[in-house]
Parts: sequence; structure tokens; C-alpha cells
Amino acid sequence: MTKRFALGVFDDEDVLLHAIENVRAAGVKIYDVFTPFPIHGIDDALGIERSRLPIAAFFYGLCGLSFALWMQIYMLGFDWPMIIGGKPHISLPAFIPVSFELTVLFTCHGMAITFFIITSMYPKPKVQVMDVRSTDDKFVMAIELKDDTSNLGQLTQLLRDNGASEVNEKEMTKN
Amino acid sequence: MQHVSPVREPLVTGGKTYHDITQDVCRQVEAKPNIRWMAALAVALFFLGVFLYSVYRTLWYGIGEWGLNKTVGWAWDITNFVWWVGIGHAGTLISAVLLLFRQKWRSSINRAAEAMTIFAVICAAMFPVLHMGRPWQAYWVFPLQNTFGSLWANFNSPLLWDVFAISTYFSVSLVFWYIGLIPDFATIRDRAKGPIAKVAYSMLSMNWKGSAKAWSRYETVSLILAGVSTPLVLSVHTIVSMDFATSVVPGWHTTIFPPYFVAGAIFSGFAMVLTLMLITRVVFKLEDYITLEHIALMNKIMMITGSIVGVAYITEFFIAWYSQVEFEQYAFINRATGPYWWAYASMMTCNVITPQLVWFRKVRYSIPMTFVLSIIVNIGMWFERFVIIVTSLHRDYLPSSWAMFSPSIIDIGIYVGTMGLFFTLFLLFAKFFPVINMAEVKTILKYGVDNGPTYTGHDPHHAPTHHHTTPGVPASAPITYTKHD
Repeated sequence: MTKRFALGVFDDEDVLLHAIENVRAAGVKIYDVFTPFPIHGIDDALGIERSRLPIAAFFYGLCGLSFALWMQIYMLGFDWPMIIGGKPHISLPAFIPVSFELTVLFTCHGMAITFFIITSMYPKPKVQVMDVRSTDDKFVMAIELKDDTSNLGQLTQLLRDNGASEVNEKEMTKN
Repeated sequence: MQHVSPVREPLVTGGKTYHDITQDVCRQVEAKPNIRWMAALAVALFFLGVFLYSVYRTLWYGIGEWGLNKTVGWAWDITNFVWWVGIGHAGTLISAVLLLFRQKWRSSINRAAEAMTIFAVICAAMFPVLHMGRPWQAYWVFPLQNTFGSLWANFNSPLLWDVFAISTYFSVSLVFWYIGLIPDFATIRDRAKGPIAKVAYSMLSMNWKGSAKAWSRYETVSLILAGVSTPLVLSVHTIVSMDFATSVVPGWHTTIFPPYFVAGAIFSGFAMVLTLMLITRVVFKLEDYITLEHIALMNKIMMITGSIVGVAYITEFFIAWYSQVEFEQYAFINRATGPYWWAYASMMTCNVITPQLVWFRKVRYSIPMTFVLSIIVNIGMWFERFVIIVTSLHRDYLPSSWAMFSPSIIDIGIYVGTMGLFFTLFLLFAKFFPVINMAEVKTILKYGVDNGPTYTGHDPHHAPTHHHTTPGVPASAPITYTKHD
């Protein structure tokens, strides 16, 4: 499937933020914005909701903690109790370090894996990008062009009026 | 109109644009390896060879190849282990703790510092594994079923806590580092000319395109990773110190060990970061990114942590006297005046006295002085671990069992060899990976160069304070920049 996009290329992130506001105000739907670095305030301008990753992170941590406690209590308390220095089999203070480490381990890896999955990140030998300069010094606003091409001129004008240094057209093949 | 803020020093000097940052950092990744890099790699590989030979001797003939004896059963191996792990701590401190404290200057040094963490932990892990004598059974440290031949692991043992702490620390640091690298791999991918480079960096960049939503999540992930890494880094050296503190050997059995070790770790880590950065900035011409300001700030952290370590040394002595425990008192008097007095004197000079020179502004901002100082601190911190470990053990309880320790050539070979391992890894990193976090440095480019954020949010009543008057002039342009038509 092939999709066509109008790409507004901007040189400065503050100009881009104004442009996002104005383009959205003009009733144009922005497909996505590609930038070389995270921009403060772009989430609000684009209306991106706050990520729920922290909630996921909390639950991964909870899983790690429960697993660690279960593991230590089961192994040393029930499965094969050993007398170590006359201490109780289940000595919770001694279990704190391992419980803490596993909490961190599960949080970190769980969150990283979730991040990769929801952002569809995986090793890929060839990556299609809208504009190769968007990982260098350009800020690229992509607007999907539906079947009617009549509004391209208007759109170009809108982007240019809002500070785009160039407006390009790009076809992307979805695979 | 642009003007440079009178209060804040710009974090990136030289009037760079976003594109300049990409160029400056990608230069050595894209260029053919130069002769200096190859020469350095050759030296590193030689020492890696020394390492491999020493490891071969240790494995083939056994631990008897080392200088250990019945009294001093832990010496250079654990000294080197603690030394390397400590060095690693600065990387996490820079990438996690300074991120939480919003210290923006960390951006240009965090990548290399994190790489240092990972390589230092790899070097550290060599020592306990080799000391096992039968490293091919290293998996026995993990809790495995009794049918594997041993019982369940003993969760009351600080040595087992260490296994969990170090392996968690290593894998979390690796993930944190890699996630930070992804956007920069994408930058290199989009510039790559050769087919191999294109495919390799495409694979490494994990389909990263820099979309707004991906960045939003990326920032969330970074923040949470920083949040969990901060207590993690403190826990790791705390647990390392518990290897000693939970024993009953005089000189080890002290409650101040955890904070004292953590401060020492950050102290030695920053010294190593300084050593590496001072070389890297010159070799790769990154003086505009790793500025004198950065060096001065790192020097300050080194001085503060060094002073904490100094206070800990004095506290130990005070408590030994105050406790009125004869054995404890002897352990400390023996450290300072016994047969290993020279190690104690080196530790005191290198760790307590020399870092105080940083109080002088001239020293703080001087590159040669800082370089010498960073080396001295690294030596001093090695001696600190040697003093704690060997002087406590060599005269522990029965005078009839007292002994001296001297390292064998294999001991020295493994230690020097891990430096070869470390620098081999670091040089490969510096050639093939971006040594500076480009994406992050781009976000701080405007810091201190105040042309004002022109974007002020949704509020229509809140008019922008001043507009971007000359479109096309890069935001980071120097004050004297005039637009050419």
C-alpha cells in the first residue's frame, strides 16, 4: 500500500511548534512530526497523551519484588531449609538486597521490552524514513495526502506561511 | 536578536549549529581509522594478550599461580574487582543521578561515561569468576535446583547479593546505554554511504525514525531508567562493601562502609572519566563539547567525594580508638605504621591531600593538572582497596598465622591485562559508536545562548514575548552572525 505525504521541513524547533499550532488550528490533520531530538512542549502542541509506561514500570517492579521474595522464601524456607549461622530460615532482612536488585532488573527490562514493542522497534536491515535530514538538523512535519490532490497547493502555502523552509512530497510504501 | 546570557555559561561553545554537532560527532565514525587510533589499539591488544596468557596460566595451573597464601586469601583479585566496579559508578552517576538533578552539562559526557561503566564492570567481573578456580562452573552462583550438584544458593550471603547486584547493574547499564544510543545510530544510518555500514547501523537503530510519539516515550523511559538506576548504583557499592562489613575481620567490620565505599567509587569513577575525556576531546577534536567548564565541574565532584572519603578514613581511626577494642585499634595502627605503611601513605596522599588542590581555580581549569590529578586519584583508590583488604587480613587474629602478601607475575599480568581489555573495548566503542550523545547535546545547544523560547504554549492571551526575527538564522548562531542572502 502506498501513501503520499506532504513534508514541511523546518529549520528551528520553536518555529515548528508555532507551525504545529497553526496547522492544527487550520483544521489540517498532522500525520506525524519527525525531529532529531526530543522537543519540549511538542506533546502538548500535537495533543499526544502522556505515556502510560510509568504504570507498566510499576507493575514490572512489583512482579520482580514478588518473584524475588517468593523465590527466597520458597527455596530457603520450604524446599530445602538450611541452618546458616543459627539464623531463622526465613530471615527477611537478609532477603532485602536480592529483592531490591530483582525489582530493578524486572522494571528495567520489562519497560525496555514494552517500549520496543509499542513503538514497533526491532532490528531491521533497511529503514524507510520520510526525510534523512530529520535525524540530523531538520524538523519534518508529515501530512498525509488523501486521494484528492487539489489541496496540495493550499497546504504548501500554509506550511510556508508558518515558516517551513521547504515543502516536499513523498510516497511511502507500507510493508 | 541573540545575546549570550550573563549568568549561564553556554554548554556548547564555538557557535555550533545542529548540523555541526552531527558532523563533529560522526566524523570519526565515518572516517577511516587514523594512525593514532591504530597505534593505541595495538598497545591495548598487546595488554589483552597479557591478560589472556595470565588467564590461561590461572586456569591451567590453578589459583596457586597467584601470590595468595593461607592468611591472605583475598588480595589483588578483590582489590581489582572493587577498583573496577568503583570506576564504573561514575558513568551511572552521570547518566542517572545528574539526569534526575537536571544537570544539563552531563549531556556531552554521559555516552562515553556509560560506556566506561559497562567496560569497567566487564573487567571487574573477571576477578571473582577467575578466583572461583573452576570458572566453567560459574553458573553455580545462580539459584539452581539441587539436582545441579549444589544446594540452592545461600541468600544470606553478601557474596550472593553481589552476584545479583553486579549482574543487575551490568544489564541495566547496558540497556540504558543502548536505548540512549538508538537515535544516534539512526543519525549515522541516515548518513551512511557504504552498504555494510547502512545495514549494520539500520539493525542497531531498531527502526528508529524520531517521531514525536517515539520521543515522548523515549523520554519517559529514560527518566524511569534514571529513577531506578539511581538507587541501583548506590546499592551496588553498598553490597560490595557488605562483602567486608558483614564479616568479623577487624578493620572490615564497620558500619560506615556503605557510604564510604559509594563515595570512594564515585571519586575514582570521576577520576577515570576525566582521564578518558581529556584524551577523547583532544583525539577526536571535541573541545567545543567537552569544555573547560565540564572539566571544572567534574573536578569539583571529585574533590567533594574525595573529601568524603578523607572524612571516612579519619572516622575509622576515631571509632577504632573510641570503641576501645584492642584488635580494632591494632588493625588501624598496623595499617598506618606496620609493614604496609607505604600503601597507607600512598592512599592518604593520593586520596586526601592531592584532590584538595582543586580548591584552586587555576588547578580546576588546567588540563595538564587535571590529567595528572586524575591519574593520582586512580592510583590512590587502588591503594585504598589494597590497604583495606590486605592489611586487615595479613595480621588478623593469631600472630602465629600472620603473613605478608606479595603479588606473583600472574597477578600483575591479570591486572594490567584487564586494562588492555578495557582500552580495547573503549577504543572500539570510540571508533564505531558516537562518543557524544548527539540528540541530547542538540537539546542543550540553546542553553545559555538566550534567544528566548518563542513558543509559549496554548494560552492565546499569553502573547509570545519576542518573535524569531530572522528566519533562516540558526538558533545557535554566534552573536556576530549575519544572514547571507
